[in-house]
Amino acid sequence: MGREDEVRTCDAGETGELIRGMAGRIWDGSAPGTSPRLIGVRSRGVTLAERLAAEGIEQGLGEAVVGAVDITLYRDDLDKARRWPVLRGTDIPFDVDGADVVLVDDVLFTGRTIRAAINAICDLGRPARIRLAVLVDRGWRELPIQPDVVGLTLDTHRRDRVQVRLRPFDATDEIVTIPAAPRLSPS
Amino acid sequence: MLGLEDLSREEILAVLDTAESFAEVSRRDRKKVPALLGRIVFNLFFENSTRTRTSFSLAAKRLSADVQDFSASVSSISKGETFIDTAKNIEAMGCDVMVVRHPTPGAPHLLSQHVSSSIINAGDGAHEHPTQGLLDLMTIRQAKGKIEGLTVALLGDISHSRVARSNIWGLLKLGAKVILCGPPTLVPRSMERLGCEVAYRLEDVLPRCDVINVLRIQFERQQGGLFPSVGEYSQFYMMTQDRVRLAKPDLLILAPGPINRGVELTPEVADGKHSAILDQVTNGLAVRMAVLYLLSGKMDARPAGE
Repeated sequence: MGREDEVRTCDAGETGELIRGMAGRIWDGSAPGTSPRLIGVRSRGVTLAERLAAEGIEQGLGEAVVGAVDITLYRDDLDKARRWPVLRGTDIPFDVDGADVVLVDDVLFTGRTIRAAINAICDLGRPARIRLAVLVDRGWRELPIQPDVVGLTLDTHRRDRVQVRLRPFDATDEIVTIPAAPRLSPS
Repeated sequence: MLGLEDLSREEILAVLDTAESFAEVSRRDRKKVPALLGRIVFNLFFENSTRTRTSFSLAAKRLSADVQDFSASVSSISKGETFIDTAKNIEAMGCDVMVVRHPTPGAPHLLSQHVSSSIINAGDGAHEHPTQGLLDLMTIRQAKGKIEGLTVALLGDISHSRVARSNIWGLLKLGAKVILCGPPTLVPRSMERLGCEVAYRLEDVLPRCDVINVLRIQFERQQGGLFPSVGEYSQFYMMTQDRVRLAKPDLLILAPGPINRGVELTPEVADGKHSAILDQVTNGLAVRMAVLYLLSGKMDARPAGE
């Protein structure tokens, strides 16, 4: 599964610890006595949301409701796509109207995915509030979007790739960085 | 999207899977997504249609595209302008997708050689009606959970039916067995060459069918004289409750519409528990959204990876 040139930033134990910490902060920020409404961005955002919900029960914080948002129809780069996009569908099992929503994704980069996800959620109703929870914030924002709950802030180069692997979607938990190929400098 | 004859099994399945996702959009309170914002879709209809044109228009609007209808009867075609010149003029207005219905088989194919817009065949003569074929496949897959291994009968006027041809290509590619049933004048034995079984007695076919697609008698495409009378056709080929009882208990009945009640099927059968006619209309919208969306990106017809 892994690539030869990737650098492991967090192993399974460290990744699990980040998720545990995030769960505590999500419940801390929720109104007392309410269950967080977690909406994961497909695909690994949904896995992360489910893991956070499991942590809530494990730590005795309470139950959470988990939904999934597919942002494919809200992308602003359909022109640039080379292949037919695969739609996996939006599936949110609660009324978005008036809800206190936590949007969950694995990696926050340019912010465009989150913008699309916010638009998709707001097309379903008018949430009272949307917070953003991400496992890794790797910087390089192109839109004014900031997370409320962050597992790990990572210093990256613009062209690096950051990959999160999460059970059960993947075989293991880990965060890896694939460095951009070094540019040839003129001699 | 000129016909199902041109599509691979994988491409057909990709459209059906995409359509399932679009069905979710149609169930929302706010039935609109911005996927095709700023795109222009032209409906070029050189033949009458209400259902298909409305379905395409609504599908395009749900994707936030701008839609313009064009009817040949009130256009410059009636002043002598050619079909291709009309299309080129429309393209010069910034059209991205043309939805074309034409009485001449192959007209959308001809157009595709002269304009660079994406072209969707919305029915060309007695040749193909690919989105109808796809919505029939989607309806069968929803009801039966699969298509491979099913036996599907197409009943009635096969010779003049573009729906029949699109169904035949789609069903065979997805692994169904296809039986063509109707009077010998409307189902020539030569159609066996397409890979189908040809049968003339409905009572012999029904016990083997999982699905029966009841096609409309196309009075407007016939020279007349292909069967003695409507009454006689109904006597031998109309789907009645008695005939439904000859079939498997979970028989699925499709009809592309518009249906002629009392000719192709009785009102009890059309509105009965085996009928999926209104599901077909709902699925038609989802299929057309999927096709418009997939063609608008001018992408490779291969599904993207993770």
